[in-house]
Amino acid sequence: MLGTTITLAFRAINRHKLRSFLTTLGIIIGVAAVVTMVTLGNGATAAVREQISSLGANVLQLRPGQGFGRGGGGPRPPDFKERDLTAIENQLTGVRAVAPVVQSSGTAIYEGNNWSTTVYGTTSAYSEVQQWKVADGRLFLPDEEEAGKSVCIIGNTVRTNLFQGTEPVGKRMRIKGVSCQVVGVLATRGQGGFGDQDDVVVMPIKFVQRRFTGDRDISQIMVAVDDAYDTSTVQSSLEELMRERRKVKAGDQDNFNVFDTKQISDTLTGTTTILTQIVGAVAAISLLVGGIGIMNIMLVSVTERTREIGIRLAIGAVAREVLLQFLVEAIVLSCLGGLIGLFLALIATAAIAPLMQVPFLFDIKVNFIAFVFSAAIGVVFGYFPARRAAALNPIDALRHE
Amino acid sequence: MSIADPIISMRGVTKVYGQGPTAFQALKGIDIDIAQGDFVAVMGPSGSGKSTTMNILGCLDVPSGGEFLFKGRHVETLDRDQRALLRRRYLGFVFQGFNLLSRTTALENVELPLLYRGEDKKTRYDMGMAALDKVGLKDWWDHTPAELSGGQQQRVAIARAIVTHPDVLLADEPTGNLDSERSVEIMELLTDLNRNSGITVLMVTHEPDMAAFARTIVHFKDGLVERVEQKVAA
Repeated sequence: MLGTTITLAFRAINRHKLRSFLTTLGIIIGVAAVVTMVTLGNGATAAVREQISSLGANVLQLRPGQGFGRGGGGPRPPDFKERDLTAIENQLTGVRAVAPVVQSSGTAIYEGNNWSTTVYGTTSAYSEVQQWKVADGRLFLPDEEEAGKSVCIIGNTVRTNLFQGTEPVGKRMRIKGVSCQVVGVLATRGQGGFGDQDDVVVMPIKFVQRRFTGDRDISQIMVAVDDAYDTSTVQSSLEELMRERRKVKAGDQDNFNVFDTKQISDTLTGTTTILTQIVGAVAAISLLVGGIGIMNIMLVSVTERTREIGIRLAIGAVAREVLLQFLVEAIVLSCLGGLIGLFLALIATAAIAPLMQVPFLFDIKVNFIAFVFSAAIGVVFGYFPARRAAALNPIDALRHE
Repeated sequence: MSIADPIISMRGVTKVYGQGPTAFQALKGIDIDIAQGDFVAVMGPSGSGKSTTMNILGCLDVPSGGEFLFKGRHVETLDRDQRALLRRRYLGFVFQGFNLLSRTTALENVELPLLYRGEDKKTRYDMGMAALDKVGLKDWWDHTPAELSGGQQQRVAIARAIVTHPDVLLADEPTGNLDSERSVEIMELLTDLNRNSGITVLMVTHEPDMAAFARTIVHFKDGLVERVEQKVAA
């Protein structure tokens, strides 16, 4: 009986290609839409998380003044000096690396191309603090840092706009009117929460101080906290040390501030969680919409087939044979549609993910849930109307228009 | 009418549709005996209960009251599946509207009852082609209903009804959708099957010309058998 029924089911599918296609299409779209959406959503979430981690874990930013600006009225709070840097390195426990930063903006020129960018004056320790990697070339040598030589490491955006395909390492370019040699290119970091992180030129701090800022001040100190230590404890010690060094009286407001990147990271993680939830909600809605599409075509198809059920019953088919046939048809079409949907989603996500600059993350759970849900709707809504039709008196089923 | 050893026997069969004040009594107590090998035409105006009777005779419907014996079995006590198996084994149906499966070849339509009987592919093909041969459509076996004329479709339906070598062939206005020339062809085919294959034929019709082919004519009126005409065998 099962063999016969399966034969009949495949015959019916084959014979009604359009109807079978439409039924399958509902499931294909349902599954493909959901899987694509969730996979891309997860990719986007992962991309945001990746950028958060690119901020550098457990890094304290020490700046003069309060907040990001230099503070309100009154005298300008003084910048830091090199001895502050040395003090932090020597007197603070739980510090992994300390890097000074001086910023300046200017135009870089190479063979008639020019590009406006930001110059960071720092030391090799910066790469450790910010987890920046050099993709091509090298970091600064100790003697280049010590002497403040005219060498630079450029970000990928600068490379693209200035060198346009030619190999930059070893070339000499001009930055703010000064000639400098490119020794390295930074690994791509992409768009971060703070603009294009690849649009930078990094140079030894001593060179930037001498040629661009004209003093030996340090505008910002980055402190990487050792993983074994608690960031907030190190932050308090750092604040205490700086109050002492900058002679801030007890009860007076600090003339500097320490900013924990973990705070940004926590904020962004919260945002990411919301993003994930939105993606989930959208997916649930599309699954529901897809499901309604499947129900629709299944119900129409069964109504159309009531007369056929009547014929089969009249010539001696037992109700459960007719039902089994419909069940097999529904299972075959639903599963086929589900598999095609998964396949299309795979192609779509693999194609769209690079365009969106998000990683392609194959999530077996999402694929499984979308498949099972759609296939179940297909089977249930293919089966139950058929059961109603098979319960009819064959005469009534035959008369059905 | 009373016949010794009838294949079909109805005693006081009633059928009521609906319930309460809207209930409609379609059959008010039918007594019929049909002998094996007879050719019976059931006639009567619309609403006289002839179609209801045919549905009960075809084991498609159950009587509300009375007894219905088919080959000595009390059909009124059987459930849906048991009646389906009875149809599969002993009955063939021909409908006014042909009721062939669309997009399905003549042969596959004819083979369908054999599929439900679990016959193998070879047997299905042989029996299916033999049945199509009997109705003169052997060369049309691979045509779908859409490619066949009304008369041809009805002959495919007859081939489907007789492919299992049933004891009884039930035809509900088999010529209702056909012109008179095709109708006569169909009636000649039914007469031939009745005479040469020994199939008992029960046919509902309201055309006296068609009923004339039968040996016994049962006239229905208002849910009762009005009279039974027996033609003297020629």
